[in-house]
Amino acid sequence: MPKMLGKVLRSLLSQPATLKYPAEKPEVVKGTRGRVWFDLWRCDYCQDCERICPPAAITVYPEARKIVYDPFRCIYCHQCVQNCMQGAIKPDETPRKAEYDKVVDVFEYGKAD
Amino acid sequence: MSDKKVINVNTVFPFGPQHPVLPEPIQLKFTFDDEKIVDVIPNIGYVHRAIERALELNNYRRNVALCERICGICNFMHAMAYCESIEKITGTEVPERAKYLRVIWSELGRLQSHYLWLGLFFDAMGFESLYMHVWRDREIVLSLNERTSGHRIQLSTCAIGGASKDLDGALIANYRSSMAELKKKAESMSSLFYKDKGIRERTVGKGVLPKNKAVALGAVGPTARGSGINQDMRMNGYEAYKHLDFKPIVFDMEDAHSRMLVRYEEILQSIEIINSAINQMPAGPIIEKNKKFPMGATINRVEQPRGELFYYVEGNGTDKLERCRVRPPTLANIPPLVSMLIGYEVADIPPIVLSVDPCVACTER
Repeated sequence: MPKMLGKVLRSLLSQPATLKYPAEKPEVVKGTRGRVWFDLWRCDYCQDCERICPPAAITVYPEARKIVYDPFRCIYCHQCVQNCMQGAIKPDETPRKAEYDKVVDVFEYGKAD
Repeated sequence: MSDKKVINVNTVFPFGPQHPVLPEPIQLKFTFDDEKIVDVIPNIGYVHRAIERALELNNYRRNVALCERICGICNFMHAMAYCESIEKITGTEVPERAKYLRVIWSELGRLQSHYLWLGLFFDAMGFESLYMHVWRDREIVLSLNERTSGHRIQLSTCAIGGASKDLDGALIANYRSSMAELKKKAESMSSLFYKDKGIRERTVGKGVLPKNKAVALGAVGPTARGSGINQDMRMNGYEAYKHLDFKPIVFDMEDAHSRMLVRYEEILQSIEIINSAINQMPAGPIIEKNKKFPMGATINRVEQPRGELFYYVEGNGTDKLERCRVRPPTLANIPPLVSMLIGYEVADIPPIVLSVDPCVACTER
């Protein structure tokens, strides 16, 4: 019983471990794996990202110069980011927002997104 | 006057797939005689996802991500066992630095898993505040994971031929300080695990698995080491474990308390292993890409937090595998679980079931 008093006092007087979300947001660690964005100015349509993607979330159409990326199939492993030899895939640190419909992202050469 | 006959009908009661203390769904049908357990029939198959079939239909490189997602808790070691099998078949030589990196990340996975289990064990006994304390300490390991790879639990840093991320100086300093903080917190709780009266009342003498039965039924991992069997797959010397100096932790009281102590001492041992691996890690490349399709078959054993994981991988020279068989440790621990439940009472069920550390997602793949 006397041994517990020290621990009880320490627990009473220390800060709670929870954050007051959404007033305080947790710090974003550099390198967190979020969604990816494709830069078609640097892409050479080699289809390496399509071959390496584990759930097949990327489809490349070289003749139409179009990339279709499905953020709902993506598992955010960033294998595409590490394997693109032109550095055309940009990783993001924010997570994907919740959405109502399962829409895919279409990136086309020459069209602004 | 009708003569009344008293028919002794035993109650059959499902410790169902949904239960507040179970981390994953498994059904145990108990037969009770008053309060004592007479018979147990396990029933699995609630999270079967046909992963072994998916491993045959997929490209062998994409399989690394799929193997990692067999289990949410012990994920790095599944990926590591698969990558090691493919490296053995194709003859790829992993660089030394990558072996040490894989050891460090495996031990981080072991730490995270044992902390999770300790929290759930105390929650099963009703000791909820200790559960919260232990999970608060687990956050230190998860923050380290996030700084290394970007995800808190699924590291995804094991690749065929080595590792895909490296540790630089700032990150290594982070590791050292986190391990020091974790060691202080873990050691301050040691008197709780060994001497606390409430925990001892519910775990000492419960779920006894004698040593000869553990050998006969094929127990693995801390379930076997808590019954006096000196067996740990890390002693085989895969990866960089042959350069690190440690011994398996064995207790011989054969009950749930001794299994808990095995896992607690393994937490302290893992912290020491990570510290020595960081000190001994050589500089150099971290990956060697392989260029051949796998042709041939091999078996591989890895020590997961719950026991021995067994992989059989067979390739046939194309980019798709012929067969990949996974035998997870909890599947081998279910017969000992059934034998250690018989003869105890209803209130002993949660501590005994959890003392085997069931990871049913692995069991059913």
